[in-house]
Amino acid sequence: MLSRTADHLFWMSRYMERAENTARMLDVNYQTALLPQSDAVAELGWRGLLAISELTGDYLKRYGEIKPARLMEFMVADEENPSSIVSCLRAARENARAVRGTLTTEVWETTNQTWLEFNKLLASGELKRDPANVFEWVKFRSHLSRGVVVGTMLQDEAFHFVRIGSFLERADNTARMLDVKFHDVESDFYGQADDRDNEYEFYHWSAILRSVSGFEVYRKVYRNVIQPEKVAELLILRADMPRSLAHCMNRMSSNLRSVANTNSGDTLRRAGRLEADLRYGRIDEILSTGLHAYLTQFLANVGELGAGISKDFLVTQ
Amino acid sequence: MNSPFDEMHAAGNAVREHYKDYAQWLARQPADLMRDRRNEAELIFRRVGITFAVYGDKDAGEGTERLIPFDQIPRVIPSHEWRDLEKGLAQRVIALNRFIHDVYHDQEILKAGIVPRDQVINNAQFRPEMVGVHVPGDVYSHIAGVDIVRAGNADGTGSYYVLEDNLRVPSGVSYMLENRKMMMRLFPELFSLHAVAPVAHYPDLLLETLRSVAPGGSNDPTVVVLTPGMYNSAYFEHAFLAQQMGVELVEGQDLFVKDDFCYMRTTQGPKRVDVIYRRLDDDFMDPEVFRKDSTLGCAGLLRAYKAGNVTLSNAIGTGVGDDKSIYPYVPKMIEFYLGEKPILNNVPTYQCRDPKELSYVLANLAELVVKEVHGAGGYGMLVGPAATKAEVEAFRQVLVANPGNYIAQPTLSLSTCPTYVESGVAPRHIDLRPYVLSGKEVQMVPGGLTRVALKEGSLVVNSSQGGGTKDTWVLEASPQHQVPPPSASQSQSQSST
Repeated sequence: MLSRTADHLFWMSRYMERAENTARMLDVNYQTALLPQSDAVAELGWRGLLAISELTGDYLKRYGEIKPARLMEFMVADEENPSSIVSCLRAARENARAVRGTLTTEVWETTNQTWLEFNKLLASGELKRDPANVFEWVKFRSHLSRGVVVGTMLQDEAFHFVRIGSFLERADNTARMLDVKFHDVESDFYGQADDRDNEYEFYHWSAILRSVSGFEVYRKVYRNVIQPEKVAELLILRADMPRSLAHCMNRMSSNLRSVANTNSGDTLRRAGRLEADLRYGRIDEILSTGLHAYLTQFLANVGELGAGISKDFLVTQ
Repeated sequence: MNSPFDEMHAAGNAVREHYKDYAQWLARQPADLMRDRRNEAELIFRRVGITFAVYGDKDAGEGTERLIPFDQIPRVIPSHEWRDLEKGLAQRVIALNRFIHDVYHDQEILKAGIVPRDQVINNAQFRPEMVGVHVPGDVYSHIAGVDIVRAGNADGTGSYYVLEDNLRVPSGVSYMLENRKMMMRLFPELFSLHAVAPVAHYPDLLLETLRSVAPGGSNDPTVVVLTPGMYNSAYFEHAFLAQQMGVELVEGQDLFVKDDFCYMRTTQGPKRVDVIYRRLDDDFMDPEVFRKDSTLGCAGLLRAYKAGNVTLSNAIGTGVGDDKSIYPYVPKMIEFYLGEKPILNNVPTYQCRDPKELSYVLANLAELVVKEVHGAGGYGMLVGPAATKAEVEAFRQVLVANPGNYIAQPTLSLSTCPTYVESGVAPRHIDLRPYVLSGKEVQMVPGGLTRVALKEGSLVVNSSQGGGTKDTWVLEASPQHQVPPPSASQSQSQSST
């Protein structure tokens, strides 16, 4: 298939995945903010969200102080913010439009309709009235997109590049979220002992889990109280958890193998090594080297992997 | 001026034979059903993304994509009329392909003095680069979109005229196909009432045509569609045709030429390309030869083309055949190359480059249609009877300043067809663009695209100027066989069971 076509497919699914993950994080922050807590703690949550997307500077320049309503506007409906949900959905739709002939009618129509209806939803004032409903809507449109891809597309190269885009983006997003959230917790709560802080800690960890639809999964897997190292294990190493790093790398490798060409040896090796590290890794080792250091390295590796895919397949000479 | 001709109604408002079933059906439909169906159609077109972009529209995003209004009342052509049109179209396109081949080779028609040499050689659409270049099968215009109108005669009958031969990159065929799909979806019962000739095999015919003109030696040729990109006004159509034919939709940046062969960049490395159905004007095709600033084409393409290693469809330089200053000579071409009488009529045309004809045009400006020789899309033209005095005078200045750039024709009273508009069903002017495919043989699907001027009285049907489209039905059997017998025996026997 054309390299440019593969590039559009890759980015189409990356942007859709990014829109979903942004909606997930906003949703959890919004829900957490409804709990009784000090303004400082609440602000910490919103700041973390901006830090994950590397948007703190942009936001403060445009909006000044941190206010939840403004921040949600910025992250959802601001067309000048390239990472806002509206920008992601537009980019997904523009990429799909560029290769609509390669997609099944259902995939194209779903992506197009998501974009058209999201604009209607925003115009109706729903984000002010009921933000949770907007986030829920975005998540479900993303579920629908994924379902329509898996349920209707021929499993050829086009399909594999769509999947590679999704898993690369998801691995990146899960790692960022873990990094920022752990950082908050470690600096402000970790090691404290009074009851009130313990309670916060519980909500904090359950928020992380909920943002990846992992709360019930955690209970099912560990049958235990929420413990930070187990949350980390679930989201990093459990290959059967669909939003974990291990799962993403696993799917990523196998899709990459299906599109391998004569130039892609090194990229495949990188992907295989990342996958193996996660498959055979142990959470106590990871925590002893420091979670932040580990995740920073992981994000750098994922970045390089993305660059390699781009060079080998998407913008070839 | 001739009397107007309506496709559905004859004099005295009697319904024409081939519209009888439809008119009866229409009379039975409640008004709100037609309105509901129209809303439904618009919703579907929007969701499916059947849109076009309007040039000169600056706003980004959704605003640049418009729907072409779809009218749900079909344009019906009886089969005997289509048989004549089909013969006439094939004859005309064959002669035009012979003409283009001739002017780039032996120039016999110029030597014979039938077409003035200077009008061909100094024509901006004449490409000296093509002189002596061999193209597969000597076919230049593989896809032609011939614009036909029907004008009323004094005795109440109508005659078809060819208005333009579009031999470069005619568009609109996707609307022909989508309109049919939409009609079948909105009004399935109509298709059991009528034997409408199918058109859905057009992409198959197109692919067959393109494969048949591949460079010699490739028995499984790779065909691609070349688009200027997703912001082009006809991008939907490019993507649609590529998908329907199951071939790659490429942009210039996807192609490169090495050792006079053309390749596309794929995820598995370079892949040889044999036939390019290009939806791009000559000027943009190859920055080595034509416009240096073009990023839409591919450097070296013309080298590969002249070496016979890739086929461009349509060929470079076909514009010399559909230029409006060449148009008046088409009937003579048919006689010259084929030794046949032209089947289709030409519209009488005044060439403003000729001082005598110019003075006639200037004296009758308010009665005439004046067009730019190279113009397209309904831009830069004057429709005398519809223009204000000031508009006519302003155009007169432009015309006098550069008469060679214009031709003029009498204002034809384009036929009308009932159309669903705000106020209900009302007559609107229409034309017809059949698509003629020339490869090993000349083929076409019955009918074509009917465009309709939605503004009352307007004669400009171009989509960029507020025109809409209709489904076009060629009825397979002659109308006499279609119409149920006058007695209501059919419905009686149904109700008694």
